[in-house]
Amino acid sequence: MTRQINRVTLILILLMLALIANLSYIQFFNSAELRHKPGNQRVLLAEYSKQRGPILISSNPIAQSKTTNDALKYLRTYASGSTYAAATGFYSLVYGATGIEQKENDVLSGSDNRFFVDRLQQLFANRQPQGGAVELTINPQAQKAAMAALNGRTGAVVAIDPSTGAILALASSPGFDPNRLASHDTTDMQNYWKYLNENPKQPLLNRPLAMTLPPGSTFKLVTAAAALESGNYRADSTLPGPATIGLPNSTHRLGNWTHNSCGYNSKTTLDNALAISCNTAFAWLGMKLGEDAISEQATKFGFGTSFSVPMNAATSVFPTGMDKAQTAMSSIGQFDVQATALQMALVGAGIGNDGVVMRPFLVSQVLGPNLKVLENTTPQQFSRAMSAANARTLGQMMTHVVDRGTGSNARIYGVAVGGKTGTAETSPGAPAHAWFVGIAPAVKARVAVAVVLQDGGGATEISGNGLAAPIARAVMQAVLNK
Amino acid sequence: MTDLIRLRKISTRRSAEGSALALAWLVGLFAWVLVDLSTGNDLRSGFIPLGCVGALLLTAHIVVRWQAPFADPVILPSVAMLNLLGLAMIHRLDVSNQKLADIRGVAAPTPDVYLQITWLAVGLLLFCAVLFIITDHRRLQRLTFTCGVTGILMLFLPLIPGVGVEINGARLWIDLAVFTIQPGEIAKILLTIFFAGFLVARRHSLALINRKVMGIGFPRAKDVGPLIIVWAAALLVLILERDLGTSLLIFGLFIVMLYVATGRRGWVILGGLLLTGSSFLAFKAFGHVRIRFSVWLDPFSQATDNGYQIVQSLYGFANGGVFGTGWGSGYPQLVPFAKTDFITSALGEELGLTGLIAIILLYVLVIERGARAAVATRDQFGNLLAIGLTTAIGLQTFIVIGGVTRLIPLTGLTTPFLSYGGSSLVANYILVALLLRVSNSARKPEDSDLAVVGLSS
Repeated sequence: MTRQINRVTLILILLMLALIANLSYIQFFNSAELRHKPGNQRVLLAEYSKQRGPILISSNPIAQSKTTNDALKYLRTYASGSTYAAATGFYSLVYGATGIEQKENDVLSGSDNRFFVDRLQQLFANRQPQGGAVELTINPQAQKAAMAALNGRTGAVVAIDPSTGAILALASSPGFDPNRLASHDTTDMQNYWKYLNENPKQPLLNRPLAMTLPPGSTFKLVTAAAALESGNYRADSTLPGPATIGLPNSTHRLGNWTHNSCGYNSKTTLDNALAISCNTAFAWLGMKLGEDAISEQATKFGFGTSFSVPMNAATSVFPTGMDKAQTAMSSIGQFDVQATALQMALVGAGIGNDGVVMRPFLVSQVLGPNLKVLENTTPQQFSRAMSAANARTLGQMMTHVVDRGTGSNARIYGVAVGGKTGTAETSPGAPAHAWFVGIAPAVKARVAVAVVLQDGGGATEISGNGLAAPIARAVMQAVLNK
Repeated sequence: MTDLIRLRKISTRRSAEGSALALAWLVGLFAWVLVDLSTGNDLRSGFIPLGCVGALLLTAHIVVRWQAPFADPVILPSVAMLNLLGLAMIHRLDVSNQKLADIRGVAAPTPDVYLQITWLAVGLLLFCAVLFIITDHRRLQRLTFTCGVTGILMLFLPLIPGVGVEINGARLWIDLAVFTIQPGEIAKILLTIFFAGFLVARRHSLALINRKVMGIGFPRAKDVGPLIIVWAAALLVLILERDLGTSLLIFGLFIVMLYVATGRRGWVILGGLLLTGSSFLAFKAFGHVRIRFSVWLDPFSQATDNGYQIVQSLYGFANGGVFGTGWGSGYPQLVPFAKTDFITSALGEELGLTGLIAIILLYVLVIERGARAAVATRDQFGNLLAIGLTTAIGLQTFIVIGGVTRLIPLTGLTTPFLSYGGSSLVANYILVALLLRVSNSARKPEDSDLAVVGLSS
């Protein structure tokens, strides 16, 4: 029986070796894939067991992990509640992470490869690994001003430093309190989550980046830029500006919001047409320039591009394949034109920065666990949208909107503020969206801001000036320290 | 004359066994203290329980010295090491449960580790009792049919209404008012004795060949009766008790012993065909078998329901990686049944691949040493009994660890010596006592040698 016993023994040992081989596969070769499977709580639990790095603004933490004495060692706390929620997002045990918390997770959790040396040091020092820090470009005064001015109304604000593309304010309203989603009290967290998701105003929607709306008359900035860039028009070029204009192949007649013509003898200048937001003049201009010229101009400002700031912004759209009537409607920001608040701020920023559009970004620095700077964001040019001369001309024209046109509520004493109001109709009878795009000062701008209030009420340019312009002014004042 | 005595002095290696046991106990104590250290528990919590375990192991060692002085010195320390690692892990999971209860503000559940140590005491007492009572394993041969009948009875005891209880969908337990026991674990040993006795008596007729197919001899039709009976019994266990693991273990054990007794590969092929056939039929007929198979093939698509256990288990292994998270630093409490069926996953998470390889090598040691006893024993019943007992441990280990690592479908058995569970622990210590008894007779010098030693002293 010895031979059989030896064979059986061999087989039993081979079975044990098969176990070892399989375990080697699971624990060595396949372990990374298993670790990153969605639904693997261990990764999140491990993240909670070490101190997640802070999100900083001007070196002050707006999100940081504090020690607790419950099962999860650290609680993520947001000192300013909902103020910075659109930028930070939330970090939840149950619902995952959004915003910077999600996009910069590798840095904040300390798993980023740039921390390799730090991790080794921590290993040898037998300390719990710590996460790195992320410094944001947000200007706290501008952000607070934006949230205060929005005051819970449904809308969004984006402010940009035109010379770099740094995002100075990113506000979404109504907001949410990330503290309650980061809570370790799961019942409260779930109730709050349910409330947020059932709220028709969608507090979790990141409006400045994710929401596209027709930009209305603020789009006339793009049409005006295309006109100047075509070389056929100057600020003082004469355009027809009747009270209404007939659209080709259509019985619809497009009218001005004032129901009047835009100047003596139904004629106006490009400068004046922008100042008083003359629909008929811009519709005519749009048809003259044609879809391609406006589309090209819009693309240079960033339409059709999905920006990662690092959160992915929705792509703004200027439609193609339109007939003359649709092109006319599109040149005043109606029909199927869709833009995010970020996009309209980029239009303002490009004009205010001598025609150069800088790529928008939210993270200024990445710091290691020891707060040593690992990476400084270098501003990058996105495109040259206009010649410097044309950009300055358009900037000057925008000051006329504020000084003697439709944007009077954006005036700041002692600053040449440029702006453009907008009111976008969604469907007949439905409340319109109120827009305002502002730059201050109009040439060599230090801040560009876009404001949109959804369902702003009223169907006239009055709402852009009445509702959106004061918010833009508050943000610009905060940035300029005026 | 003194030279002769020195020459004739037989090394029993008992001191080696004692040192190895002490080392195993020390490792177990370290593991326990490391759990307390990393979880912030009272560092002295292990002193009394491990003191008791140490005293028990010492007693067992002394009994072996006295009753089986020539027995293999590696087997007992190996299984004790496994048992101590299991205790540390059960303690670690107790600490987790305690913490969880504290957070939820509910009363903490009674720690399982003390009950497990109580069972360890029962197991080691029975271990000693077996060594005292069964002074020669050949006496068991006379009990062949008694063991067979009792074994079958034990196997089907849980089916009797009022006696058996169903836990987690399987009917494997009997209720003894104070606690429940799993008679299947004892049945495993009784059936091994029965198989050994029966096969020794019938090995010649069973080895006869009817015809050869491709060089492999197949048995006569009138000899396949016993195989069919064991197969039917295993199938009944599967159908009536829904216990895939025990069913597979008993059938596999019988085939292996049949092969060892007859040396005919035809039996293995025949058994394999029966196994494949019945697996296919079970797959067709039973929903729970189908679920096991589908979970085995694709656990991740059903990660929140049927596949939850195995997926959590795999996440645990992956989290452990090569070196493990260390005692108390992983999340083995996330895996259901972490103390019983899935204890390998818990150990794999915290001790890593390296730790698990060490654990599996301990089983390899037990297998190799058991097989050595099987080869060296001078009687055929002893040969068969020892290889049967060894196979029982090896096969059970493979079925359960293979199951929780998704190498084979999950069946549900305890991991010998590691898992929480009284019946399994007690039964496996009895099994080891029998193995040591066979090993003692295998390594014992011939009576004539002893006589010389005796005369000379």
